[in-house]
Amino acid sequence: MHRTRPTDPELVAERLACRRGERLVFAGLDCRLETGGALLLTGSNGSGKSSLLRLLATLLTPFSGRLLWDGLPVAQDAAHYRALIHYVGHLDASKPALTPREMLGFWAALRESAAPAMTIAAALDAFGLAGVADWPCRWLSAGQRRRLALARLVATPAPIWLLDEPTAALDSDGEARLTTVIAEHRAAGGRVAIATHQPLAVPDAAVIVLDEFAAPPEQALAALW
Amino acid sequence: MGAFLGLFRRDLRLALRQGGEVGLVLGFFVLAVLLFPFGVGPEPELLGRIAAGIIWVAALLAAVLSLDRLFAADHADGGLDLIALSPAPLELAVLAKVAAHWVTTGLPLTLISPVLAVFVDLDPTAIPVLVLGLLIGTPALSLLGSIAAALTLGARRPGVLVALLVLPLYLPPLIFGTGAVEAILTAEGARAHLLLLGAVSLAALPLAPFATAAALRQALE
Repeated sequence: MHRTRPTDPELVAERLACRRGERLVFAGLDCRLETGGALLLTGSNGSGKSSLLRLLATLLTPFSGRLLWDGLPVAQDAAHYRALIHYVGHLDASKPALTPREMLGFWAALRESAAPAMTIAAALDAFGLAGVADWPCRWLSAGQRRRLALARLVATPAPIWLLDEPTAALDSDGEARLTTVIAEHRAAGGRVAIATHQPLAVPDAAVIVLDEFAAPPEQALAALW
Repeated sequence: MGAFLGLFRRDLRLALRQGGEVGLVLGFFVLAVLLFPFGVGPEPELLGRIAAGIIWVAALLAAVLSLDRLFAADHADGGLDLIALSPAPLELAVLAKVAAHWVTTGLPLTLISPVLAVFVDLDPTAIPVLVLGLLIGTPALSLLGSIAAALTLGARRPGVLVALLVLPLYLPPLIFGTGAVEAILTAEGARAHLLLLGAVSLAALPLAPFATAAALRQALE
């Protein structure tokens, strides 16, 4: 394996196309995410923001095009790549019967990383959940469950964050905490891709408007066949 | 290994805190078995002859009932995404969930079966073979069931579909499990049947997680 810049790997998407059912959602999409970089994915409903994030998370396979990490296709060593990413989808994945502390411990175990109790407490603190850390999640509000999902980002380290509408259901305090956490992550060399409708205070972010990559309905599929 | 243990422990903890579901499956099992003396009539000879079949069929149906909760909740709340994104192989995660499922359904069904065997007049000498058969055979029920549970994710009526898909797969454990009891009653020796039952479980152990993981990946697309 050759590595030209071992300290500074890049996430690169080349000519990505995404197909859902019979519909080509977007095509010909190029983007790159460097150390400390941020991507803001915007676009109208159904333009493929979530699909692009799921593609970047390897939860979807691209219809065409490829995804490179450090110059190598991610599919070549998917387990290695998956250890590098945090994906926060629009669902919170919290279990009504478990407590936020237990959820964070479980999510850390899933990532094969033993998060010490201190780190988990710090993650809960970062999103203002210390007071409800031992309540069952069924007592939490939608905003608190959202904060819990975002606390995953702090509980275990990962260089690439993929966030789908992270501010949905968050109040202004939650949003401020999120932007702080993102700024710290980027300052430490982390990367983040965010799909969002709301304006978010993420300085120097590259913006991708997904509507620009929308494939014209008929010819698009035919061209790619 | 951390992911395997974490998932196994979480599923056990969830089952314990929401004890109702384990109780429901056990309750169904007990009721289904107890219906037979009423339906067939209390003649000990007749009941005793079909007792092993009654208990095995009721155990299969109880297992089918419990399958929909194997992946459905994680699929609905987005947890399955995170499980699929774990650096550990998805097959291992499936095995962890299936193991937790067996501990919370197959094992309790097995443990309660000697009591039910008395209710349906099974010859007491055959009870150890019945229990041993269930102990060996119920892991296959969880393993094979996980394939159907994963295939039906996102279906509109998953419950009925799971039953249709999985009941044919349950024929081999049923045949060998009841065959073992039959063999003991006719003084043939149950060894061959129990070995075949073990073979079914052992074959399902490596194969089912692969099939299930493939179906889960399809469901996530």
